[in-house]
Amino acid sequence: MDSNGMSSGYADIIREIEKLKVEKEEIENRISKLEAQLDRKPDETAHLEASQCCSNVQTVLDGHRSSSNGLTPEMIYRYSRHLLLPDFGVEAQLNLARSSILVIGAGGLGSPVALYLASCGVGCLGIVDDDVVELNNLHRQVIHAEAYVGKAKVKSAVAACRAINSLIKLVEHNESLRASNALDIISKYDIVVDATDNLPSRYMISDCCVLLDKPLISGAALGLEGQLTVYHHKGGPCYRCLFPTPPPTAACQRCSDSGVLGVVPGVIGCLQALEAIKVASGIGETLSGRMLIFDALSSRIRIVKIRGRSLQCVACGENAELTQQKFRSFDYECFTQSPMSDRVISLSIFSTLVYESARISARLYKDKINEHEEHVLLDVRPAHHFRITAIPGSINLPLSVLVENISSIDSALKAAVPEASGEAASLYVVCRRGNDSQRAVECLRKNGFPLAKDIIGGLEAWSRDVDPSFPIY
Amino acid sequence: MDNNTCEVPVDATRELNPESLIKIKVLFFARAREIMGLADMTLEVAPQSTAGDCLMTLLTKFPKLEEICNSMVLALNEEYAPKSSTLKNGDELAIIPPISGG
Ligand SMILES: [Zn+2]
Repeated sequence: MDSNGMSSGYADIIREIEKLKVEKEEIENRISKLEAQLDRKPDETAHLEASQCCSNVQTVLDGHRSSSNGLTPEMIYRYSRHLLLPDFGVEAQLNLARSSILVIGAGGLGSPVALYLASCGVGCLGIVDDDVVELNNLHRQVIHAEAYVGKAKVKSAVAACRAINSLIKLVEHNESLRASNALDIISKYDIVVDATDNLPSRYMISDCCVLLDKPLISGAALGLEGQLTVYHHKGGPCYRCLFPTPPPTAACQRCSDSGVLGVVPGVIGCLQALEAIKVASGIGETLSGRMLIFDALSSRIRIVKIRGRSLQCVACGENAELTQQKFRSFDYECFTQSPMSDRVISLSIFSTLVYESARISARLYKDKINEHEEHVLLDVRPAHHFRITAIPGSINLPLSVLVENISSIDSALKAAVPEASGEAASLYVVCRRGNDSQRAVECLRKNGFPLAKDIIGGLEAWSRDVDPSFPIY
Repeated sequence: MDNNTCEVPVDATRELNPESLIKIKVLFFARAREIMGLADMTLEVAPQSTAGDCLMTLLTKFPKLEEICNSMVLALNEEYAPKSSTLKNGDELAIIPPISGG
């Protein structure tokens, strides 16, 4: 009877598997149909929708039978928990439904902003981004799913928003926001959310919002800190009023270099969505003229009163020189000494700090290893980077402490060759992307190591050209 | 990041009775915190010192702060403060450089 029971259980399992396989096939069919809908000529759909103008979002309300207060029965049911709020209610919800909001950046900040603005029922939601989803985005950019890795962020974000709320109008801007197209794109919306990750974009978006007189909800997050302000709203200051001069080291202050705890942009993004909802619906007191500072490590939120609009501001002051024409041709990357996209950093700004003779490719370095050349490989990344991954046998001496520890290189070189041989070991320097290693070689050459060479492209090149199993981060 | 508070000795150029000095708590954010390696410190300055004087004292002691001093929000007791604001004992001065990540 045991065997009997076993065999009938076995047959049941087989049947269950077959049944599930059929269901799986059905689901996969549905998925590919939906994906096909998504893959419809992106630009066509986006432009078509964008040209239909978001500033007048009456469509959502017009198409349906609406009750006397202007909300359709579906809207009343869907947004009922908003309507039940005495401080929000029908009027605020209607204001939301009539508003159009542009979210610039579909990354760590933009993810919660877009999700909340879509679900809360703004009339029209536009999203701008030209980036593609990468696996190392997913720890914080919660709008994207694994299936979208390698695909456009805007497509992924719009699909996620559409899945949540089919009542609202969604517009894809699958392009990077530049001074050349910003006026056209931003002019179609009532409210702008800056969810970008770089300084030149922040100045550009602020200037554009001043020119077009749009309120700007600006959030930023890095490491374990976040900042949030509403600019150019009800006579408040703009970004340039606060920061007329850009800070000098902006290029180094990116999540891809400094790291960021995933939930930090999540917190700031949620608060940005909240400010956008308040501006759109007309309730409450916004963060105009105040800056919210979030310190994740100590769980502290500080709200600091910031300066008012500056009469001397070149963008919004009394004698502001900014015009639409000047804006279009203004070079924001040059102004901030920092690129809008981090994909180009290692190629343009730092390409050749040291002479070609002081450099070696990752492949050639691999040849030297194969030839058993006696050498020392110096890894100049910070110690916490070195702990993530390193080439076996390399010695970690961070660039920041290189000079004071330069004598330790001498002893490492001596230890690398047998004392009697009379030969000298060679010195190679590596870092993550090949920028700091050039700075290190420059410094080493001035300090008694004239033959030091840097590995071009750093560990990323090593992983790409020599050892694909070497982890990149 | 180190959250310890550190005491900075008085600026020796001012010949003042230590008892007449006032204590200011300086808070560092973002890049300023990274440069300093701490979130806050207590600074002793002469009475009637301004926020600007306080910044100068900091810059002399920590020249690396130079890079952020042209681009930051300066807040005295959580309110915008021009550099000419006069400080009093127990004031809290926050140095807030912008962050741009996302
Ligand atoms: Zn301004």
